[in-house]
Amino acid sequence: MSSATYPSVRVAASAKVRSAHAEASRSGIWVGICTITMSFMAFISALYVRQGSSTDWTHIVLPRILYFNTLALLVSSVALELSRRALAPVHGSELDRGAVRRGLGCLTATLALGLFFVAGQYEAWRQLAAQGLYLATNANSSFYYVLTAMHGLHLLAGIGALLLVISRLVVAGNRFRRSTFEATAIYWHFMGVLWLYLLLVLRTKL
Amino acid sequence: MQEASAQPAHVHAPPEGFIRKHVFSLDHKVIGKQYYALGLLAVCMGMALSWLMRFHLVWPTTRIPGLELLSKAGAPGGIITPEYYLSLLTMHGTLMVFFVLTNAPFAAFGNYFLPIQIGAEDMAFPRFNMMSFWTTFVAFLVLVLAFVIPDGPPISGWTSYAPLSAVGQDAGPGMGWGMNLWGISIAIFCIGSLLGALNFIATTLDLRAKGMTLMRMPICTWAWFITSCIALLAFAVLLPACILLILDRTAGTSFFIPSGLVVSDRLQPHSGGSPLLWQHLFWFFGHPEVYIAILPSMGIVSHILINSMRKPLLSARVIIYSMMSIGFLSWMVWGHHMFVSGMNPFSSLLFSFPTLTITIPATIMTMIWLGSLYGANIRITSASLFALGFISMFVSGGVSGFFLAQPSIDIVLHATYFVVGHFHMVMGVASIFGVFAGTYFWYGKMTGRMMNEKLGQLHFWLTFIGTYCIFMPFHYLGLVGNIRRYSAFVNDFTGPLMPLHKFITIAALCTGAAQFIFIFNLIYSHFKGKPASENPWEGTTLEWSIPSPPPWNNFGDKHPIIYHDPYQYGVKGSKGDYIMQDSPEPSAS
Repeated sequence: MSSATYPSVRVAASAKVRSAHAEASRSGIWVGICTITMSFMAFISALYVRQGSSTDWTHIVLPRILYFNTLALLVSSVALELSRRALAPVHGSELDRGAVRRGLGCLTATLALGLFFVAGQYEAWRQLAAQGLYLATNANSSFYYVLTAMHGLHLLAGIGALLLVISRLVVAGNRFRRSTFEATAIYWHFMGVLWLYLLLVLRTKL
Repeated sequence: MQEASAQPAHVHAPPEGFIRKHVFSLDHKVIGKQYYALGLLAVCMGMALSWLMRFHLVWPTTRIPGLELLSKAGAPGGIITPEYYLSLLTMHGTLMVFFVLTNAPFAAFGNYFLPIQIGAEDMAFPRFNMMSFWTTFVAFLVLVLAFVIPDGPPISGWTSYAPLSAVGQDAGPGMGWGMNLWGISIAIFCIGSLLGALNFIATTLDLRAKGMTLMRMPICTWAWFITSCIALLAFAVLLPACILLILDRTAGTSFFIPSGLVVSDRLQPHSGGSPLLWQHLFWFFGHPEVYIAILPSMGIVSHILINSMRKPLLSARVIIYSMMSIGFLSWMVWGHHMFVSGMNPFSSLLFSFPTLTITIPATIMTMIWLGSLYGANIRITSASLFALGFISMFVSGGVSGFFLAQPSIDIVLHATYFVVGHFHMVMGVASIFGVFAGTYFWYGKMTGRMMNEKLGQLHFWLTFIGTYCIFMPFHYLGLVGNIRRYSAFVNDFTGPLMPLHKFITIAALCTGAAQFIFIFNLIYSHFKGKPASENPWEGTTLEWSIPSPPPWNNFGDKHPIIYHDPYQYGVKGSKGDYIMQDSPEPSAS
C-alpha cells in the first residue's frame, strides 16, 4: 500500500468500525425486544393456563387512570419522534444549537410524560389497594400487579436511557451518540406498543 | 492480507491496572477465561457432590469424616440423611446444568473465540459482557450460600417442581431460605445469560470482518450463534417462572399452589394455583437448555475433527442446517418431560412426534461426522480423541432417547435410573467431552503454552472408559426398575443390584480421580508447557492468524479480510495442505 493513499484508508477504516458498532446497537435493541417480548409471552401464557385451570378466577375493574396513563405514553412517543426529527442532522461535534434546543425540548416532554405514566401506574396500584385488592388477594390481582410491575421496571430502564441521552446533549454535547439515541427511541416506542397489548390483556382477561 | 489503519476506532481503550486487566475486564478473552474458571470451580463442586451421593448409596452406614462440618443436621456423625441426599442431588444438578454445561462450552469458549473467529476486536457491548459474567458469578455465590445457611440447600431437585417448591418450610429441610436462594440465584443467572446471548447475537450479526459472510463462519461460531438465539428465548421464559415462584413463596400469591393443599399436616393458605403451570414454564426452558448445553460442543467437535482429519466435512452446511433445525424443534418438545405429569394423553402423543423428529437432524449430523472420517488420515491428539469420544457418547446416550420419546415406554422408565443414564451421557458427558476437546485444542492459543499431550491422552482413555463404566449400567438398573432419587436401597428387590451399584461407585471415584490429571495438566502446562506457536495445529480459521495469546485488541491495528470458506484443508497452499481464511492465495476449488 503506497503512502499516498494511506490517509484515506485510515478514515474509511475508522468510519467503518464506528458504523459497525452503530449497526450493532440497533441489532442489540431489536434482539433485546425479542427477549422482552418472549418473557411477557411467558407471563401471559401463565395467565391463560392459570385462568383455565382454576375455579377462583374473578373479575377486577381497571382503574380509570390507566387510560390517561396510556394517552400520556402514546403522546410521549410522538414527542420522542419529533425530537428525533429535530436532531436528525446532529452528529458528534456538528451541533446546531437551534436543532439541539428543539430536540431537547421534545425529549424533556417525553421524559416528563414517561414519569407521569409511572406515577399514574403507581396511583392505579393505590386505587386498587384502596379497594382491598393486593398482590396476593386473588389470581386476577396477582397478575395485574405482576404485569404492570414488570412493564414499569422495563419503562424505568427506558427513562434511564432518556436521561443518559439528555445529559449527553446538555452536559457534554460532543459526546452525543446517534446510535444510543436511536436505540433509546426504538425501545421507548416498543414500551408503548407493549403497554397497549398489556392493556388489552388486562382489560379482556382480568 | 491485512488492511492497515493508523488510527483505528477501538471499542474500548487498552486495559490498565490489575483490576481492569483481570477482574472487571472488558476484554472478551479475559471474560471467557473467567467463565471457564467459574465452570471449573462449579464442576469440581458438582463432582464432589456426586462422589458423596455415590458413596452414600453403597455404604450408607459408613461415616464420611468431616461431612458433619458441612451440615450438622444433614450429616449427623458424618452420615448423610435421606433429606440431605436430596439436597446434594439438587445442588449437583443445578451446579452442573447451569454453571457448568451452560457456562463452559457456550459462555467460556464462545466469549473467547467468537469475536476472534469472525475477525472482530471485541464483543459488540463489552460492558454488558462484563456485567453478564459478574451477574452469573453473583448467581453462583447466592446458590452456594445455601450450603452455609442453617436451613441448608433445597431438596427439590434441579427442576424444583411445584407445589412443594412453592410452599416453603413445610415441604422439608432446605425448602425455606434454601429454596429462596435457589430461586433468586436462577433468576439472576437468567439475567446474566440473557445479556450474554444478546451480545453474541449482535456481535455475530454486525461485527464480522470484511468478506466474512455468514456461510464463511466456522461451524463453532455458528453453533454459538444458534445457541445464543435459543438461550435468548429460553432464559426469557425461565426468568418469569422464577419470579412467579418467588412471589408464591414470599408474597402469598397462588400461581402454582392449588386449593386445599395439605403439606406436613398443615393446610396451605393458597387457592386455585396450577402445579402443572410450573412444569410447563420450566420445561419450555428446560428442553431448549439441553441444546444450549450440547450445540456448542457439537460445533467445537466439528471444528476440531475437520482440523484433525485435514479434510472438510462431507457437508459443513448440512451440519449448520441440522443445528438450526434442532434449535427450532427444541421449542416443540417440552412436554416429553411431562408424560407422567397427568397431562392429557393426547398431548403426550403430540409431544412424542417432534421429539422423535429431532433424531433426524441428530442422525444426519452423526452420519456426516462418521462419513467424513472414512478415508481420513486422522491426527490423533488429545483434542481429536475427545472429539471422537464426543461422537461415541452422543450416539450411546442419544439412542436411549428413541425409547424415552415414546410415552408408553417413558411412563415405565421415567422414575428410574434409565433416564439418569440417558441424560448424563447425551447431555452431561458428551457436552463435557466437547469442553475437554476445546480445552486441549485452544489452550495454546489462550495461554501461549501447549498442554501436555501424553497426560491428555491418558486423561482421555481413563475418562472415556470410566464414564462408560458409570453410565452404561445405569440403563440396566433402570430397565430392571431401580428407582432414581432414593438415598438407600434396602429392600429385597434392590438388594441383588448392590454389586452393580458398588461397581458404579468405584468407577465414579476412579473417573473423578482421573480428572485431577486434567487439572494438574492445566496448571502445569500454564507454567512449564511447550511454548505455543501462532498456529500449532495448522488451522485455517482466524484464531490461528494472530499471536498466542492474542493481544488485547486481537488483530492489533489491522482489519482482517476474508477470502475463503473456513475449512480449506487438503488443498495445496503456500504453507502446507491448507489455506488460511484470510490468505489471498486462490484455493483449488
